[in-house]
Amino acid sequence: MKTLAVARGVSWRTLHNVFTNPSLLIPSLIFPLFFFTAFAGGLSRVRDVPGFDYPQGYTAFQFVFVVLQSAAFGGVFTGFGIARDFESGFARRLLLAAPNRFGIVLGYGISALVRWLVTVSVLTVVAFAVGMQVGGSGVDLFGLYALGLILNVAALLWACGVAMRFRTMQAGPVMQFPVFLVLFFAPVYVPLALLQGWIHDIAVVNPLTRVVEAGRGFLAAQPTEVAAAFGAALGLGVLFLWWAVRGLRNAEAAG
Amino acid sequence: MKQFADQVFVLARRSVVRTLRQPASVISPLVFPMLLLAVNSGGLKAETRLPGFPTTSFVAFALAVPFIQGALFATMNAGTDLARDIQTGFLSRLSLTPMRRLAVLGGQLGGVVTLGLLQALVYVGVGLIIGVRLASGAAGLVVLLLFAVCVAFAFGAMGTFAALRTGSGEAVQGLFPAFFVFLFISSMNIPRNLMEITWFRDAATANPVSYLLECVRSLIITGWDTEALALGFGITFGLGVVALAASSWALKVRMAR
Repeated sequence: MKTLAVARGVSWRTLHNVFTNPSLLIPSLIFPLFFFTAFAGGLSRVRDVPGFDYPQGYTAFQFVFVVLQSAAFGGVFTGFGIARDFESGFARRLLLAAPNRFGIVLGYGISALVRWLVTVSVLTVVAFAVGMQVGGSGVDLFGLYALGLILNVAALLWACGVAMRFRTMQAGPVMQFPVFLVLFFAPVYVPLALLQGWIHDIAVVNPLTRVVEAGRGFLAAQPTEVAAAFGAALGLGVLFLWWAVRGLRNAEAAG
Repeated sequence: MKQFADQVFVLARRSVVRTLRQPASVISPLVFPMLLLAVNSGGLKAETRLPGFPTTSFVAFALAVPFIQGALFATMNAGTDLARDIQTGFLSRLSLTPMRRLAVLGGQLGGVVTLGLLQALVYVGVGLIIGVRLASGAAGLVVLLLFAVCVAFAFGAMGTFAALRTGSGEAVQGLFPAFFVFLFISSMNIPRNLMEITWFRDAATANPVSYLLECVRSLIITGWDTEALALGFGITFGLGVVALAASSWALKVRMAR
């Protein structure tokens, strides 16, 4: 009960900060839309590349990537807030006041999820408005959202672990860069089969590749690699949960 | 005249030294564009199989992007450093000395241009190492470096204008996403004639960044394309003149306060 009370308090404060501060809210809404526009709009001719066989078209192909990207960066952006709380001294007071400190991590996690749900709702409305095609009955779309949800939590836990270790906004690139790399070393612009050379070799072993490919399978109503994708996403979640809890202990020890 | 040159030199040296003392200011403009080049040239290699794509090497096509992206970082660096000078009161103290207004801008931009040239040398070096050969030859390399210097100057002047108007490093950093939008809504990843979505092609055509990219790209993959060069240098010159005039006015206003 104490954990939930702390989580509720932390998440309410974080969400209040985000939704009442345009400089925090607008970038997290605009950036995914912008990437969606730039990729789906600018690169639509890529679907004419020999071997590109995604049935729902390039808009849907890029929608999946942008949904997953927004999930991951939504988690990272919340991590920036944790670092800011440490810089301002608020997090230290929070550590003193919370009867169960795991509730702090949980609270940040809940706020990251709510933030992402708002972002992905806007993104979905825009995607359908510009004529995105979805295969089957559309129910499979929720499989994509489930993957995004797990990815969002995993990214938040990663960023939380970094923020609690460094306790400064200067750690922003450390939170952001690895996430950027893992995302962009997946098949972003073309299916895995069309990647060549070193980037193909990296994409094959990149756990995010399974997630992206399965997400695209959901949207085309042709589920592929579902177990591997959920396994990879959950595996990252569990790994970063351990990382975040260790980070919390680190912050506690630092006083 | 000598006194003016001395003033510019002293401030430019300060600007360069200050940048070199902040590893993040040096490393980000070098590493991030190279990383994006690696990711995009790997991921979009298949695009070269589209009929009408101007080259078989996507790296050669995409090598233009780091030049413009590096200039964006120069804008941010110039703006943030000058904003810090305003916030710490350095500019106010400077205004009490006989230092000329143009020397303040010239010095600040001298540092940005030096860094811009270093960045361009690194980008060209990396391109040559990974097998890109300039279709315009050695003379083209000189023109390319000159263009990089001009772009760094023009973008740096835009950064100083933003800093002088806002007086806040955070506000200058906040402009970065806006500049990034210009980069992405351009012919950064695909030639304009291959863009299928009409509104996107129109936006890219109206976007001056497309012509800066195409100027660099022409030297790398086409050879000597007079139209691309004229547009690239013309737009850079225009941007530079407007931004410098605006910066000079903003500095006058700020020093009068």
